[in-house]
Amino acid sequence: MSDTIVSLPDQSTARIPKMNYLSKEKGLLSWLLTGDHKRIAILYLISISFFFFLGGSLAGLIRLELLTPQSDLMATDTYNKVFSMHGIVMIFFFLVPSVPATLGNFFLPMMLGAKDLALPKINLLSWYLYVAAGILALYAMASGGVDTGWTFTTPLSTHYVNTQVVTTGLTIFIAGFSSIFTGLNFIVTIHKMRAPGMTWFRMPLFVWAHYAASILMVLGTPVLAIAIVLVALERTIGIGVFDPTKGGDPLLFQHLFWFYSHPAVYIMILPGMGVISEVISTFSRKRVFGYTAVAFSSVAIAVFGFFVWAHHMFIMGISNYAVLVFSLLTMLVAVPSAIKIFNWAFTLYKGSITFETPMLYAFGFMGLFTIGGMTGVFLGTAGTDIHLTETYFIVAHFHFVMVGGMLMAFLSGLHFWWPKMTGRMYPEKISQLAAVVTFIGFNLTFFPQFILGTLGMPRRYAAYPAEFQILNVFSTAGASILGVGYLLPVLYLVWSLKYGEIAGDNPWQATGLEWQTQSPPLTENFTELPIMDHEAYDYEWLERQKEKEVSSVG
Amino acid sequence: MSDSTAIAQGVAADTHHAHPPYQRHHFETIAQQNDATNFAMWLFLLTEIMFFGGLFTAYLIYRNWYYPAFVAASHQLDVRWGTLNTLVLIFSSFTVAMGVWCAETRRKNGLVLCLVLTFIFGMTFLGIKTVEYHEKWEKHHIPGIHYSLQSFMDPAKDEAARAYGDKPLPLDMARHTEIYFFLYFAMTGMHALHMIIGIGILVFMIFRAQAGAYTTGHVTYVENFGLYWHFVDIVWIYLFALLYLISRHQ
Repeated sequence: MSDTIVSLPDQSTARIPKMNYLSKEKGLLSWLLTGDHKRIAILYLISISFFFFLGGSLAGLIRLELLTPQSDLMATDTYNKVFSMHGIVMIFFFLVPSVPATLGNFFLPMMLGAKDLALPKINLLSWYLYVAAGILALYAMASGGVDTGWTFTTPLSTHYVNTQVVTTGLTIFIAGFSSIFTGLNFIVTIHKMRAPGMTWFRMPLFVWAHYAASILMVLGTPVLAIAIVLVALERTIGIGVFDPTKGGDPLLFQHLFWFYSHPAVYIMILPGMGVISEVISTFSRKRVFGYTAVAFSSVAIAVFGFFVWAHHMFIMGISNYAVLVFSLLTMLVAVPSAIKIFNWAFTLYKGSITFETPMLYAFGFMGLFTIGGMTGVFLGTAGTDIHLTETYFIVAHFHFVMVGGMLMAFLSGLHFWWPKMTGRMYPEKISQLAAVVTFIGFNLTFFPQFILGTLGMPRRYAAYPAEFQILNVFSTAGASILGVGYLLPVLYLVWSLKYGEIAGDNPWQATGLEWQTQSPPLTENFTELPIMDHEAYDYEWLERQKEKEVSSVG
Repeated sequence: MSDSTAIAQGVAADTHHAHPPYQRHHFETIAQQNDATNFAMWLFLLTEIMFFGGLFTAYLIYRNWYYPAFVAASHQLDVRWGTLNTLVLIFSSFTVAMGVWCAETRRKNGLVLCLVLTFIFGMTFLGIKTVEYHEKWEKHHIPGIHYSLQSFMDPAKDEAARAYGDKPLPLDMARHTEIYFFLYFAMTGMHALHMIIGIGILVFMIFRAQAGAYTTGHVTYVENFGLYWHFVDIVWIYLFALLYLISRHQ
């Protein structure tokens, strides 16, 4: 077993191909008016990175405030605004578009052997909607912010707060349409743009995961849109639909909101799971164990995901029978997630595993997502939920799944495909260090929060009893380590744009169609229409291809 | 792969298959392009169903809870206007369908005529809707601070309520008629907004059609607009049934 599978071309002679999607046209306008899915993906990558660091700074402020038991860094209502904006920015401007709009946008057409997404203009429109929503969010922040939490719970949001609820709601409405268009585009592309021979069960699991996430985007997001419209109307003209004094019901808002916002966590995690399937397979040189099961588990998560929303409402006065049913359905969703984890573990079994950065992040994902998922079962159990909900246990659970899971998957995918996107390798040693730092920082930040939650520390308060301080100090210390872990990739990835080693077509010896073309790819992706004549993750096919090349050159 | 071969093959790929001007570069065939855009339109309509779905859910719940208020309030709608509007929309659906047929058979004048007729029907619908909204305004049935419970507390003095033989509602139930009217305005308003967007696209299409844009064999745009228009009509059919008709005999 060798240390690494990386095979780079001879650095003294290798060059970045002169013709590629980056060099085809020059100038700002050629970017702003582009229909190329790869360029739009880069635009998205830049914008979501900006919002990630904005949301991250807000998280830093939260952790700093919680360093001491008193509320001393900021006023308590400022604290409310900071954690609300942290949630809104991170969820709607980072997590939802993170993998789909960047890596998905870039690689989904290439994996299918298509020249572009089916609707390039709609794709560009989706980015513009994202940017418009982003600017509006910045305006809402600058002009007073919002302090309802990212959940806009009625009647707090409609009657009792005096902040930018309507502006922020509009922001989310617009960002929602950006996400609807992305999902719609993916579904159409997967149905109609597959290359000859690319049957449904030859598609990479990355594509299956995006298909499932897109279904959720298309069916869930419009419901959030109408819920937000109703909140805005309730607030501005007092329509009464969520107002108990007029016969309305605040719980209806909860139902409509969580009907989107629970599936939304699967919108966030499923594309990440797609990344992990690709990475695990490539770095253990094996076809993903139980390909069909993993593919269908994505769809199963999407389907079950629509029938569990009321587990966010166990303490809000829904009937005991509803609690029972939703609790049971919540347990069911754990099954397909576990299928994935087990199948990845079996893929590793007897694989030729190497430990490049994407794989390190993928291991991080598997461990942290498992913890996050299992604690989700605690919360899905009605009895324990009553004790644990609205405490730091929820915060820790959600961050284990979203930061420990999704963010790790995003970074894994970003490193994995970086050579394809830019034509250059990232520096290996320092990025491995970043992956380890992130993992350590993450555990130090969020594991103490599980304990804090079980001890009863409530979420969303700026002050807390003094006996909780030691664990909060751990958490804040961990957050600063985590911050370093996230800053490092920005520095060395930017550095690698100019100084990284030339990657060549297929540095990882991976099997996907996206690796069988030059890096960075041509605007039209492939020089000729690819024909898929083998199964996904067929490493023997790849060996035969290489032999053919050698014999034809020789 | 080295540069030179990539360039050579890239150029070859660009020149070797000629295709009609309306085929976008990233589709292999025009059939694939039509298929994809059509499918996208159906998916978009699916998101629209979910969008209206939230309002229909609210209607369903509140109708169950405040049944007497919903019955009394729906008696305030004039079913004659509603029926007329339904007919107008059904005719507009017919003209849109004829428009698609004209585009397919390359009849430019027929297409323009059909689109203009659709435009007229669409505007008629909105006109009638305005008359209805105005009636609500006069009777203080628009939710908000000027909302009046007169018609429900004292139906004997109200012409529409008398016609149905409504009995006075107790105050707390009468107040829930406001929710009915909110839903009425939200649902028909959202529907009218879709009509206005549709009419905007229609005006654009009339000009393009006169320039001969849709009668060259490429009809996806007209077809997809047709789908949208039919969808908006179908939403109205449900609104008509739920808001006007369902409580007529209670």
